[in-house]
Amino acid sequence: MPELMYREALNQALAEEMERDANVYLIGEEVGRYNGAFKVSQGLLDRFGSARIIDAPISELGFGGLSVGAAMVGLRPVVEMMTWNFAILAMDQIVNNAAKLRHMSGGQLRCPIVFRGPGGAGGRLSSQHSQALEANYAHFPGLKVIAPATPADAKGMLKAAIRDDNPVIMFEGERLYALKGEVPEGEYVVPLGKADVKREGTDVTIITWSRMYYFCMQAAEELAKEGISAEVLDLRTLRPLDEEAILASVRKTNRVVIVEEGWALAGIGASVVDIIQSKAFDDLDAPVERVTGLDVNMSYAANLENATQPDAPKIIAAVKKALYRQGA
Amino acid sequence: MEAPAVASPYSKDLLLTMYRKMYLIRRFEERAGQQYTLGKIAGFCHLYIGQEAVAVGPNEAIRPDDYMLSAYRDHGQPLARGSDAGMVMAELFGRGTGYSKGKGGSMHVFDIEHHFYGGYGIVGGQIPLAAGMAFASRYRNEDRVTVCYFGDAAANQGALHETFNMASKWKLPVIYICENNRYGMGTAIARTSAVPEIYKRASAYDMRGEPVDGMDVLTMYEAVKDAAAWCRAGKGPVLLEANTYRFRGHSMADPATYRSKSEVEEERKNDPIPKLRDYTLKQGLAVDADFERIDEEVKALVDAAVKFADESPEPSLEELWRDTIVEPGEEDVRPRERVLGVKVTNWPKYPTGQELKVTWDLEPRAQAELADKKAGLSH
Repeated sequence: MPELMYREALNQALAEEMERDANVYLIGEEVGRYNGAFKVSQGLLDRFGSARIIDAPISELGFGGLSVGAAMVGLRPVVEMMTWNFAILAMDQIVNNAAKLRHMSGGQLRCPIVFRGPGGAGGRLSSQHSQALEANYAHFPGLKVIAPATPADAKGMLKAAIRDDNPVIMFEGERLYALKGEVPEGEYVVPLGKADVKREGTDVTIITWSRMYYFCMQAAEELAKEGISAEVLDLRTLRPLDEEAILASVRKTNRVVIVEEGWALAGIGASVVDIIQSKAFDDLDAPVERVTGLDVNMSYAANLENATQPDAPKIIAAVKKALYRQGA
Repeated sequence: MEAPAVASPYSKDLLLTMYRKMYLIRRFEERAGQQYTLGKIAGFCHLYIGQEAVAVGPNEAIRPDDYMLSAYRDHGQPLARGSDAGMVMAELFGRGTGYSKGKGGSMHVFDIEHHFYGGYGIVGGQIPLAAGMAFASRYRNEDRVTVCYFGDAAANQGALHETFNMASKWKLPVIYICENNRYGMGTAIARTSAVPEIYKRASAYDMRGEPVDGMDVLTMYEAVKDAAAWCRAGKGPVLLEANTYRFRGHSMADPATYRSKSEVEEERKNDPIPKLRDYTLKQGLAVDADFERIDEEVKALVDAAVKFADESPEPSLEELWRDTIVEPGEEDVRPRERVLGVKVTNWPKYPTGQELKVTWDLEPRAQAELADKKAGLSH
């Protein structure tokens, strides 16, 4: 199987879907002649032309809303947000229009659109450019929210998102784009709403998504050396949550650590904890632990930035707490 | 009757159709206001009384398959398009027989069969959507236009400026009609606007912009006919500022104490409905009895609409779980089929991804390179 970078996997998904369906177009800042701020759309302008790979003005609300309108009448837009921090300007169009059109029209309209771009910390960018905002969008009925960690999932889930008849919010990552992994060629579609056990284990379940997945895998490797068998469950889709997969893993390991790049209050992890406590309370041998970004704004200074985010040592410590093996 | 000096360029049929539609909106809104005070309609209810010409003139000037959408003062446009008055009233009543099954209410009337793409409740939020619908028409190489209504206060939203920029740059076939009724809720537009003449804002985007007498249905008709031809010829978007007046408050909750009785009385002399009636009579194209007959028919139609709404059941509780997410294979709901059992034949149909051939070159390479070059030379 060929090895591709995350950005190449996305590029492949876009190209394949645009080839398959002329209703699909890509719009965003720098997606055309510049070939993408993170090179996700490399080469696509030459291949598909300027009506399908569209360099937009810096008007996130404007081109976001324009594309919602195009989706209402049968096109299938992919809207690239240079980062999700900037997409906050488009939130009205995503939340008040895209997520509610089906409902407000009593089922007359559908809005097949994908909003995608990098979320989370990019590295030394301070507070306005470093937010993990997926919890904000997961809050809204009418949206689907996905956050693939691996190149293969990035390809398969973007293809599924483009084919979906609902608005899909896709979180990628500046620090994910250059990561490599095996990616199946051609028709490879990963269904939305399905979590994936990326590593089997028996002592504890580590639940995560997006870039934190790599810290979790690193932690699991370290823990294995100490004889602790950690299962890593990659949620991949954050709305709807795959309750079945979460509960199955909890029933197997009886201990849970949830790792989230964003803030703890009203985070996705809080909802996962709620599912577990209400549906698998008797299966728990210890309180559910959470590792999250600290409840502060992100700093530029390297040491402060690192201290703000989850990492493998923090995850290892949380696992040991869940196993009552602190200080062991 | 004395023959007019110049023959009317309008047919009797067109004039009476416009009269009928304006009177339908007037009567519908009067009854909606009454039903609101009776507690049958709740929430926000923004009446169109006084502004009828702004919906009817443009509708008669475009094709039935052109797209239209509006803000939350949205009862007039669908009635002009030909929506079922009973089902619009039922939506206002929050009944399952409404166009949106009672889920949208007064602010969110959608009738896709008649190409009315909704009423939107966030000020200015529909402005980008309209550009996107026009974008889709251009992308598919159709000669369809989109007509988008918004209120005067929406002109101060960023959405308008971001959208005008793109619509003009990409020459999208969209007609924006600003319904300037002079007050954004209770605030006179000049109090919050550096340039209260909204049409002037088009000039910032090299876009065609004109003021129009929104109290005259024939003026509105002509303006939109001309604008639609302009759009279909690929010349880009048009902004029309329809200067109009609402005879009632912002919503049913607004007693409109910020304006004087004499002001409202003065404006009522401009009522577009008697104006059209007088014109038609003077042209000798109809007689009093024609109007009396239309009035009676419309009154009966609206009475029946109120009765239909009042006797309709609330939506079933199962409806709570529908229409949030589209499930695979799920069809779109066609309201008149669902409610009245009639076969809907003109539901929009789009080419599949294999049928569609995109030939539009939105930004020709030479044009982009020239812009790059100019930017370089300016330094």
